Amino acid sequence: MKKDKKTPESKPIETPEQELYVHQKAPRSYNYQSFLIPTLAVLTGLIIGAFFIVFTDLKVLPYYQQFFKDPLAALLVSWQAIVKAYGALFAGSIGSFPAFFAAVQVYFASGDPSALYKAIYPFTESLVASSPYILTGLAVAVGFRGGLFNIGAEGQFFMGALGSAFVGYSLKGVSPAIHLPLAILGGAIAGGAWAFLPGLLKAKTGAHEVVTTIMMNWIAFRLSDWLLNGPMKATGYRPLTPVIEESAMLPRFFPEPLRFHWGFFFAIGIAFFIWWLLFKTKIGYEIRAVGANPNAAKYAGMNISNNIILIMVVSGALAGLGGAVQVLGTDHWVGQGFSAGFGFDAIALALIGNSHPLGVVLAAILFGVLRGGATSMQSLAGIPIDIISVIQGLVIVFIAAPIIIRAIYRVGAPHKEEVVHARGWK
Amino acid sequence: MPKVLELSGITKRFPGVLANDHIDITLNKGEILALLGENGAGKTTLMNILYGLYKPDEGTIRVNGKEVSIHGPTDAIAQGIGMVHQHFMLIPVMTVTENVMLGVEQTKGGVILDKVSVEKRIREISDQYGLEVDPSAYIKDIPVGTQQRVEIIKVLFRHAEILILDEPTAVLTPQEVEGLFQVIHSLIDKGKSIIFITHKLKEVMEIADRITVLRQGKSVGSVRPKDSNPEKLATMMVGRDVNLTVEKTEAKPKGVALEVNDLYVRDERENLTVNGVTLDVHLGEILGIAGVQGNGQTELVYALTGLSKPEAGEIKILGETLKKPTPRKILEKGVAHVPEDRQKHGLILSFPVYDNLVLCTYYLPPFSKGVTLQEKTIISTAEELVDQYSVRTPNVYVNASTLSGGNQQKVIIARELSRPTKLVIASQPTRGLDVGSIEYIHKQIVKKRDEGTAVLLVSPELDEIIALSDRIAVMYKGRIVDVVPGIRVNRQYLGLLMAGISVEEALSTTPRQTTEAEVERVF
Repeated sequence: MKKDKKTPESKPIETPEQELYVHQKAPRSYNYQSFLIPTLAVLTGLIIGAFFIVFTDLKVLPYYQQFFKDPLAALLVSWQAIVKAYGALFAGSIGSFPAFFAAVQVYFASGDPSALYKAIYPFTESLVASSPYILTGLAVAVGFRGGLFNIGAEGQFFMGALGSAFVGYSLKGVSPAIHLPLAILGGAIAGGAWAFLPGLLKAKTGAHEVVTTIMMNWIAFRLSDWLLNGPMKATGYRPLTPVIEESAMLPRFFPEPLRFHWGFFFAIGIAFFIWWLLFKTKIGYEIRAVGANPNAAKYAGMNISNNIILIMVVSGALAGLGGAVQVLGTDHWVGQGFSAGFGFDAIALALIGNSHPLGVVLAAILFGVLRGGATSMQSLAGIPIDIISVIQGLVIVFIAAPIIIRAIYRVGAPHKEEVVHARGWK
Repeated sequence: MPKVLELSGITKRFPGVLANDHIDITLNKGEILALLGENGAGKTTLMNILYGLYKPDEGTIRVNGKEVSIHGPTDAIAQGIGMVHQHFMLIPVMTVTENVMLGVEQTKGGVILDKVSVEKRIREISDQYGLEVDPSAYIKDIPVGTQQRVEIIKVLFRHAEILILDEPTAVLTPQEVEGLFQVIHSLIDKGKSIIFITHKLKEVMEIADRITVLRQGKSVGSVRPKDSNPEKLATMMVGRDVNLTVEKTEAKPKGVALEVNDLYVRDERENLTVNGVTLDVHLGEILGIAGVQGNGQTELVYALTGLSKPEAGEIKILGETLKKPTPRKILEKGVAHVPEDRQKHGLILSFPVYDNLVLCTYYLPPFSKGVTLQEKTIISTAEELVDQYSVRTPNVYVNASTLSGGNQQKVIIARELSRPTKLVIASQPTRGLDVGSIEYIHKQIVKKRDEGTAVLLVSPELDEIIALSDRIAVMYKGRIVDVVPGIRVNRQYLGLLMAGISVEEALSTTPRQTTEAEVERVF
């Protein structure tokens, strides 16, 4: 967007001030810190996580009792524990490169893909886990951009899953071209509707969305208990919905047990759409204006109430889509406890991603990887799965308090205003 | 006279900016030194160095002839330096006593706050210096002028000998300014020394013993008021000749742009603050609303611009009464609004300058096409406006928060005045701005009038109203008390009305207009 020559009609009004001030046309500068700080926060989280790994490892502790006799041994054993734990995390979430290359060779030699499938299994599973994360993360991020703190993504996720499942199993004999979009839409509508109520209450009565969305979460959990034990229960003893029709399933790329499905690319597409909506359209301009300064938004003639409702509905619909992707792509049915923290972790995702769609996608992949690797870390290295929660928690602390990261790595404070994350009580 | 404070060779660099460039300043005992300079001239940086909030890159500070190093406010206070900030550092839900003792709490037995003895000292201080306050009053219940007195008591309570007053008159009414000046004189009488930071020339001429002018981080020189005049000071301050009077021809008013009949408006606390206002503004004239702040001007403007709903009454814009007037409908009728609070209403500080320049028109072509924003058009328009209205910004991509107050205001002025408008409602358009910016904005407003736009100017600065207005309405307690022609208006008469004196009574002491045109300075 360079403008080298001044057009004649934009000739400045003659003020002597012009002489004092030479107007420079410096190019747009991007804020690299919005990438740098989260990256450093993740790194620091992993480093501190390593200490936890060492100090919770019973095999390592005896060496520390003799630390002064043989410090090298203690350090060596610690290092081995860390390498083993993170190695298992890596193997469980991304896979092993030698195995992958060997599998590729086998495939070209014999045409047998089974080894290849096995090699890519860990990484595809991580992506499967990150797909709903992307969507719920976007849900919270849109709320933050609009100045609203949607804690209700968990409930909206659950309602979206139930909505999708209902469309998925109740319609029968429909072409996938119609059934799948309908099922996805069902999730978006259910999630959006669940967020509409808090939005309406905020817009009309000023009820704080944090309180109302938490309430709506509990209503969603209890409502789902009833639905899964009653109207939506499949035949059998367990409180589950029936398995959805094949026509409503998101197609998978590989045969069982690989579950990698279109949901991941769908989520990326939605992220791109949200980026376009937020930053390239007048709807997004209004959302961001209302979020950053509602007084100025009102001054500019924007309708604050309508925007609040819109933001909540879009946010809820995104969380609902997360539920849809999880049920239509991964699980194919809904049971109790289905939401499994996807909506709550989303708050962390939005924070790490600085409420930017690209940031949310990257953070969601990270969380998918951590979630995918946690199980193998426990089974292969004997590290408690909770270490992953500790690392996630540390990352969030560092994101929420960037001053710590700035102090450790001596990163200067940016001149730019940080994005406004939801305002307080008013 | 002994020197109580000597700053020599103070230099402070920020990334890309030389905020203070070898500044030398001396303060004698019992002296009022005015530190004069435009926004961004380095006054605040210098005082923050003195107060220990910044560390100087070079230079020394001497207090009573002894070199000291100040690492924080605690050190500054220990050296007898006290600062009264422009934005008060008071806790509204605490009493005066509690605020004064905050940080230096005196206790009985180490636990119980000794409010009684603190209260006694506050009374002593307030008697000694004529600082009237009620120690048991809550900060939230007392007027701004009194809050400032509490701030002064706070520094005196900490035994300050040198007082720094940072833009102390910015938030005060004319009467409160008088009161402050009396306090300053009594402080001087008791041997205190004062540094008075300001950019208002008139005040400087009135109160200072000596004036040091800063420009772009450098000290341009020191003068005594009797050897100088406002024009000379302004030239020193801005670095070029400044026209302190607004040049304008006689207004050629045409049709009615705004007609207000018997308007009643309630404020947020449900108080009836606009109490039956009737007025009209014609195309091609500037109607100024004079009045001490808080007499319903804010609520009147809110009602006129659709930000709040009037209780009763009629608002006609270009002869038409809008049904359900919203800010957008009013805007689309050709009304521009320069809001009173630029950071609350006028700008979205976390948005780049170019987004702020289309805040009111982003949804219209050519800035929007369908649902998509036309970023290229928005940016190129913004670049033109930034040039045209000489907004000092590195580029249009930086956030509005990075601009100085004057340049933020220029962004708003550029946005509101560049649109084709029939009526401009400008509320305190130059609040807190420096001479250069004020001069510029006044020119723009007069230019807009000459193009045939109606202007409703609201300002508590009587000088500004007199300098710009073709007709002046005085507002007191929610009513328009009188409307007088702006030409040869008698300031004294306006002052009396603003203070609540009735028209008859005011007329019995002084006429509406003077016989001879008085050249009014804006500053």
